[in-house]
Amino acid sequence: MSANDFYAISPLGLLLVWAMVLLLVDLFIPDGHKGWTALLAGMGMVASLALTLTQINRPTAAFNGMLLVDGFAAFLNVLFLSSGLAGIGLAYDYLKRMGIERGEYYSLLMFTVGGMMLMAQAGDLIVVFLALELLSIPLYVMAGFARPRLDSEEASLKYFLLGSFASGFVLFGVAMIYGATGHTGLQEIIAVLHAGQSNFPVLFLIGSAMLLVGFGFKVAAVPFHMWTPDVYQGSPSPVSGFMSVGAKAAGFAALLRVFVLIFPSLATDLIPVTWLGAALTMIVGNILAISQSNIKRMLAYSSIAHAGYILMAFVPFGNPKFAPDAVASALFYLATYALTSIGAWAVVIAMEQSEGGKGLDLSDYAGLSRRYPVLSAAMAIFMLSFTGVPPLVGFWGKFYLFRTVIEAGFINLAVIGLITSIISAFYYLRVIYWMYMREGQPTARREGWLNLTVIVSAVVVLVISILPNTLFTLAAQANLIKFF
Amino acid sequence: MNYLLSLVTFLPLVGAIIILLIPEERKTVIRWTALVVSSIAFVLSLIILSRFDATDPGLQIEVSVPWVSIGGWLVSYHLGVDGISILLLLLTTFLCPIAILSTWDSIQDRVRDFMSLFLLLQTGMTGVFLAQDLVLFFIFWEFTLVPMYFLIGIWGSAGRRYASFKFFLYTMTGSVFLLLGIVWLGARYGSFSLPELTARGGLSYIEQFWLFIAFAVAFAVKTPLWPLHSWLPDAHVEAPTAGSVILAGVMLKMGTYGLVRFNLTLFPQATLRIAPWMAGLAIVGILYGAAVSYMQKDMKKLVAFSSVSHMGFVVLGMFALNQAGIQGSILQMVNHGLSTGALFLLVGMIYERRHTRDMDQMGGIWRVMPLYGAVTLYVVFSSIGLPALNGFVGEFTILLGTFTSGTLGPWFAGVATLGVVLAAVYLLHMYEKVFLGPVRLLENQRLKDLNFREIISFAPILVLILWIGLYPKPFFDLMSPAVGKVVAALQTSALALH
Repeated sequence: MSANDFYAISPLGLLLVWAMVLLLVDLFIPDGHKGWTALLAGMGMVASLALTLTQINRPTAAFNGMLLVDGFAAFLNVLFLSSGLAGIGLAYDYLKRMGIERGEYYSLLMFTVGGMMLMAQAGDLIVVFLALELLSIPLYVMAGFARPRLDSEEASLKYFLLGSFASGFVLFGVAMIYGATGHTGLQEIIAVLHAGQSNFPVLFLIGSAMLLVGFGFKVAAVPFHMWTPDVYQGSPSPVSGFMSVGAKAAGFAALLRVFVLIFPSLATDLIPVTWLGAALTMIVGNILAISQSNIKRMLAYSSIAHAGYILMAFVPFGNPKFAPDAVASALFYLATYALTSIGAWAVVIAMEQSEGGKGLDLSDYAGLSRRYPVLSAAMAIFMLSFTGVPPLVGFWGKFYLFRTVIEAGFINLAVIGLITSIISAFYYLRVIYWMYMREGQPTARREGWLNLTVIVSAVVVLVISILPNTLFTLAAQANLIKFF
Repeated sequence: MNYLLSLVTFLPLVGAIIILLIPEERKTVIRWTALVVSSIAFVLSLIILSRFDATDPGLQIEVSVPWVSIGGWLVSYHLGVDGISILLLLLTTFLCPIAILSTWDSIQDRVRDFMSLFLLLQTGMTGVFLAQDLVLFFIFWEFTLVPMYFLIGIWGSAGRRYASFKFFLYTMTGSVFLLLGIVWLGARYGSFSLPELTARGGLSYIEQFWLFIAFAVAFAVKTPLWPLHSWLPDAHVEAPTAGSVILAGVMLKMGTYGLVRFNLTLFPQATLRIAPWMAGLAIVGILYGAAVSYMQKDMKKLVAFSSVSHMGFVVLGMFALNQAGIQGSILQMVNHGLSTGALFLLVGMIYERRHTRDMDQMGGIWRVMPLYGAVTLYVVFSSIGLPALNGFVGEFTILLGTFTSGTLGPWFAGVATLGVVLAAVYLLHMYEKVFLGPVRLLENQRLKDLNFREIISFAPILVLILWIGLYPKPFFDLMSPAVGKVVAALQTSALALH
């Protein structure tokens, strides 16, 4: 293990070792003082974040190309660690007041963040699979964290069964690609393709399709989205909030990395599939969101819809002229979506009165603007940003995605995206409608960390809305490492 | 002095933030702050006017700073004012303090939120008329939806929730096509700067055609051009008075301003071909709006539908594509802003006293409120287009332009003239029902006439109505070089087309 290897893996290694030690330390922290565990977990993430920040602008490959440290990985790792920190902020008070406070939550959260980071850095299909499992298994457990509540258990089981099925697809796809090229490392596969030595192009194509299924499941793309509403609704809200950001971004990390690097040659075959997938994801997600009255389900469908927008920009991935914009616009959108989504889920958690029960219906938001003006103003900002109302970040994100799509010549897809955006206004505005235009007696938690999460997200959303240039530059610099 | 435009745009935003810091209970302080801020904005726009060189057809007092680079496409913070936008800037900053003054008694609930949203709206509208970058324009354009959505939805009357929803979705649907067109232009040029795009030209006819349609849909919804007007009666009727004044007075002009600013200059060849169709829709709107107005029992609905009719004239004049037509069209935007804004204020005043707008519940109001009756008659005459008042100048110039236009001609002018007559029919019909005759109902016997605040808020509008009616030359002089530039460009491309 060279010094370079050590440096490349240091943020991830630190996080995972810290998580394991935390599991032990937690045994000695008495019940009722689990705040210490949360604090320690947070410190671990901050330390890892600091190490990640040093890796920006120093692209390198480690462990014989199994681990890639490039702008892409660094950008996403910062995103994962930040959403992990937000995951702690969302959960701390929630777990306590719902009576499900257990120290394992924080260790599990660190493990799944570790899996996501590994996913962003993976330079080998085996590592991709390992990362997928490392990020999924803790999430299965976290989804069932509110046991013995039935729908939490159901969410966990459903997520587990469908998730393992998807993992199976990924693994099988990896095997096919190995069969076609004789390698699992991305760099070696590219070399084989360049030399034109791939023996079984059909196997290669089937393998790519299987990977698409597996990753499509993680990002909740139609038709692999069925689990999303049930799991988001059944899981404890902080887990859903974290999942809607982290798991989705990790899925896109794998999708972008693997497909842009090794499958451009298949683009002509895959474009109809991804085109249809993106269109269906936008349409189904947005239309089904309209009829939801439970806010968690509504946000679940909205998260499907947002995956559709990112997939839309993913369609021209095979064209080297547009691939950099496809990656950059996806990353920009993921970052803005993460911010907005975490803020919105924080409001949901503040409003939730009993675990999975009261306070989750849209009508429970009636009159919120009178009693909690700041909370409802923040929620209004998040909803408008989701809709894509300028100048909020959601607008900039969508603008970049649409730009990529239109420039690459898929105007039909852009029109579908724009029309579904109008549909989305319908259900996002309904939240505002309940908060501002109806009278009611809502109650919300005033809890420090939760309020901090809400306010920080809202302020950052506003600041980036007015000065989006920095984030655009960062996203544009977050390039995939190039082997040729 | 190029910070002036930024100042006039963002001063209301600063005011909105200041208002949010004032405690909710101090309603008078909040009202005065809002009024003072928007009055300062008006003074600023007068300073801009004093520095404006009316002989220069180009952009003035410009400010242009690179703002965002989206994957290599530059969006600039680029504001500027020319002969077309300066009048609309003045109209905006002029009507906003008046609208705020009209809420003094009628808005008692959540005054702080109302005022800060209102000032936010003012920032958005001002920006629309000043932005010279397509994306920046779109941001201001779309942003105005948000505060207006809240103004209608929270402070509107009974059907406010439905109306605000419809308003938002309808307008956003139109804007989506605009956005598509803007991104498409970006892909074509890699730039969003309006002067640069105009100078470079080079779009094929087919491209121009589709882009014209995409832009025109958004602007036609806002104007509103028949048959895309159906959001307007709901929004206007349900909005609080100040909201209706701003909707009719300023926001509708955003649509027609967009047409003249973007469609006519960016897509000249398509404009020449499509002009008769747009004018045809405008004429249908003129007649349809007038007919529907005549059928209304609700005063506010009547005024709302009369906007459809009057805005038809604005579009008609614009697509005459000659100097007289476009000048009349721009002047008529201002005229409509003044007279329809005033009509909404008047309806709001009677509603505050009677809590109904049903004309059958009125009758003989002149006897009870003579001053109110006189002012209304004056504004109604202005709206009808009686000579010596502003409406006449605008409509006459538009009809003159249409008559002499190479693209439209006497037939269009002839049919449109019918609209002028119809305006007299429905407005005088309303006037007769509400003000003349005996006082039939007991409730109407003890209405208070206009108070000092109401007179103050009216006086400037009345003066302007007369001024434009008697001596419109300064207004025409302001816009004439800029309009001349647009017309010259259209003529050049007409030659290229043949």
